[in-house]
Amino acid sequence: MKAGIVRFPGSNCDEDAFHAVADLLGQQAVYLWHKDHDLQDVDLVILPGGFSYGDYLRAGAIARFSPIMQEVVAHAKRGGLVLGICNGFQIACEAGLLPGALLRNDSLRFVSAPVTLRVESIATRFTAQYHVGQLVRIPVAHGDGRYTADADTLARLEGEGQVVFRYVDEHGEPTRAANPNGSLRNIAGIVSAEGNVLGMMPHPERAMESLLGSTDGLPLFQSILDTLQGGVSA
Amino acid sequence: MSQSSTTSTTSAPVSQVAPRPGDPAITPALVAEHGITEFEYERLVNMLGRTPTFTEIGVVSALWSEHCSYKHSRPMLKSLPTKAPWVLQGPGENAGVISVGDGWAVAFKIESHNHPSAVEPYQGAATGVGGILRDVFTMGARPIALLNSLRFGPLTSPRVRWLFAGVVKGIGDYGNCVGVPTVGGEVVFDPSYEGNPLVNAMCVGLMREDELMRAVASGVGNPIMAVGARTGRDGIHGASFASEDLSEASDAKRPMVQVGDPFTEKLLLEASLELIRSGHIVAIQDMGAAGLTSSSAEMAERGDVGVTIDVTKVPVREQGMTPYEILLSESQERMLVVAKQGHEDEVRKILAKWDLEAAVIGEVIAEPVYRVTEGDRVVAEFPGSRLVTECPQYVLEPRESEALKAARAQDPHEVTPLEEERDHAWTLERLLASPTIASKRWVWQQYDSTVRTSTVRGPGSDAAVVRLRGTDKAIALCIDGNGRHVALSPRNGGRAAVCEAARNVACTGARPKAITNNLNFGNPKKPEVYFQLSEAIAGMGEACTVLETPVTGGNVSLYNENPQGAIHPTPTIGMVGLVESLAHVTPSAFQQEGDEIVLLGECTDELGASEYLLTVHGLTIGAPPACDPAVERRLIDALLEAIGAGVVRSAHDCSDGGLAVTLAECAMLDRSRLFGFSVDLSPWALLPHRAVLFGEAHGRVVLSTADSAAVLRIAAAHGVPARVIGRVTNADAGAQFTISDDTFRAPVAWLAKAFHEAIPQAMDGETPAEHAVSASHAPVTD
Repeated sequence: MKAGIVRFPGSNCDEDAFHAVADLLGQQAVYLWHKDHDLQDVDLVILPGGFSYGDYLRAGAIARFSPIMQEVVAHAKRGGLVLGICNGFQIACEAGLLPGALLRNDSLRFVSAPVTLRVESIATRFTAQYHVGQLVRIPVAHGDGRYTADADTLARLEGEGQVVFRYVDEHGEPTRAANPNGSLRNIAGIVSAEGNVLGMMPHPERAMESLLGSTDGLPLFQSILDTLQGGVSA
Repeated sequence: MSQSSTTSTTSAPVSQVAPRPGDPAITPALVAEHGITEFEYERLVNMLGRTPTFTEIGVVSALWSEHCSYKHSRPMLKSLPTKAPWVLQGPGENAGVISVGDGWAVAFKIESHNHPSAVEPYQGAATGVGGILRDVFTMGARPIALLNSLRFGPLTSPRVRWLFAGVVKGIGDYGNCVGVPTVGGEVVFDPSYEGNPLVNAMCVGLMREDELMRAVASGVGNPIMAVGARTGRDGIHGASFASEDLSEASDAKRPMVQVGDPFTEKLLLEASLELIRSGHIVAIQDMGAAGLTSSSAEMAERGDVGVTIDVTKVPVREQGMTPYEILLSESQERMLVVAKQGHEDEVRKILAKWDLEAAVIGEVIAEPVYRVTEGDRVVAEFPGSRLVTECPQYVLEPRESEALKAARAQDPHEVTPLEEERDHAWTLERLLASPTIASKRWVWQQYDSTVRTSTVRGPGSDAAVVRLRGTDKAIALCIDGNGRHVALSPRNGGRAAVCEAARNVACTGARPKAITNNLNFGNPKKPEVYFQLSEAIAGMGEACTVLETPVTGGNVSLYNENPQGAIHPTPTIGMVGLVESLAHVTPSAFQQEGDEIVLLGECTDELGASEYLLTVHGLTIGAPPACDPAVERRLIDALLEAIGAGVVRSAHDCSDGGLAVTLAECAMLDRSRLFGFSVDLSPWALLPHRAVLFGEAHGRVVLSTADSAAVLRIAAAHGVPARVIGRVTNADAGAQFTISDDTFRAPVAWLAKAFHEAIPQAMDGETPAEHAVSASHAPVTD
């Protein structure tokens, strides 16, 4: 697998994603510069976390206009895989790769904490290595993570199995207390209708080593790897 | 002192410096407004051989301010130990640097932003983080961790809650955006900080040893470039503002507080590291306090060269800025760079990649002068490096405050216990809910602590542990200080601050290696404050020598006073330790039911200066517990040997709140994983029981182990007292204490509620009133 990690001005989880792919998965990783148009033939584009363009105007709102994003959108339209994490999820929504939007946390405060997620769907190219209903611990760190969409979109996401991760308590219940940002329906991550773009607020790249407290992000990357090696790249 | 603005000079300077049209006349009132004393003004006139210009008055007011010049503290600071084989860069640079082996080096520094945070908490704290980040990355190191040490008045005050919330948000927003994890720190609440909150920020960076860059100007003909953000009118005189007492009028100085832009900082960070590695520059320095003035004068002084700067070449945000304003602006996210001659375009190219500007604004010259021009007109000129070196230094007569002497002489054992204290569980619960001791989760949840995927132990641990990727090593980091202990016994308090920081680092499995320090004190011109300063520094030096943790740099923040009085003298110590193997990383909290609990060190009858006296009785009295660095050294050696032998399951420093609080924390730091415990403290039954439980005797660590015999053997070999005091149990068994026939038991969930909900309750009122846990203390006063 060859993964391309986009570097916007203000990206700050780019090195973490690179480390996850190159050092922990042993796969090829390259950086993609925001001013470039060359995707370098990558199989997977990662839109990493951070504060692209300082979150000016709105998180992700300026990044979508960068030269590299034109190529990322084209890549997605061809069925190529895109993983948007945190700010990358916000950018994917702004660029129209995913429905809905991410608003300011309802606490009005940044939240950095390990959270429990329930895996809602394994019928995606990103989650086949989990099992349905599995509870995983993955950190969040964001100020704008409250997922919002209109009622029709929410119904469609739920109906089509596009909700992939949900914030839950230790018993697996999507309670208000378990929701770190006020997301509608406790949504933490969704996949596009075509199944090739995943956006999630939690950081799977921070949950890859037991030394750092959790390896629950590892199956996500392994699922992607399996998908690509199985030749199901589109 | 010259009374006239037209005094002519007899000794002709190298170039003609004349008053600039439109500048105010130099009058005694103007000089005084700039915080320059008559003595200092005379010294300046003698140095120049003429009347200074308005621009020169501005330059000197900044460079000779306490904040930039350390004029009251430098003679004392010289006594601190600064050398060890692993110290690559000691005090005097933007940051200290130590080697951690394998060619890796760690740069670190602490800095205060107390005064700006007192009037504008959000921006004041945010720009404090920005400044300390720049100090570290200008050394060539990539910032990998941030910590902070905060002091506020009691949370019962709405203004304090506003300051606290603003400071925390400011720190979080800045560090989170730049992408450097905030991994630890401390927050203390005490009435002495009500008018003067303290905001100290520490940054730690990592680099290869051969990438170390120093801010020393060199190479005649090399261009001086301004890099990064443009210069505006913000923050003019910030350094001078930070060098005076706060008053009712301080709020009017809010425009002096700079405004931060972490996004530009992130770009500047990447561009600066790329510049340093590119080989196109010879020096780089942050334009921090006193901006362009300070950065250029200091780089020239270190390099023993002259510099000339043309203010009309400096990229500005606003039209019509005077030389005075351009030189003194403290606009954020700017760097001063000495490039190699002929490499200017390469420098511009690197900056342009990161959407930033670079402009040549001056040049390194052979002539030993510091010269500022406005086009062809010379507006300021100082001979050689004397602008920096001639700053007066003051050595004053110290005298201990009679009031504090009297407070120390009071016997805490004569304080009559409250009726409720018959039940020690009541006292314990009350202490756990005191905001200084209570969990700071409310704070650190606003800080991204896991970005960079290297945080092995984050906030809430005795010390943070950050792995060095690609090696089996990690660094342990903490900040510690206890102003109450220093107030009541400055020398002992200085020793204790260093020793407690060292203990914290050692509890995580790290050998303490070096410190940076932030000296937060009142007005040094008062003999009582000067006494505290000189004694505390002496105590720090004693401890650093014994622990072999040299001082690599630091910051001095004086004039932390307001009309209601001065703060407790508060040195904060930023300690860096080295974990030789990741297998040695040790948690603070209990891990396993059935483990034995061992106390390293001794309980004493010391109760003075304790959190117990402040929280329960509103008193700051008594002699603080004695701190002996030699005892601490043996304790740390024994602890690290036991950890290295693999027989320590958890280790937690015993400090605020004493042994009972330490044990309770071990049982419930992680609220999702509670333990119980049963301890027998009967060996100390003859001592006052509240001193055994809540006294803050130094030199103690609580650890849990499955092999107490090995721990006791190792302790004995180091001459460290050690005893098995009990056992880790199931949470349902509760926290069980026995001191001879004095026994009590407290439900762990109840203690955990007090500890974990006190601050959220005080800030957000999230706990229903009927469940409020002692958060409604009356304001406590000395």
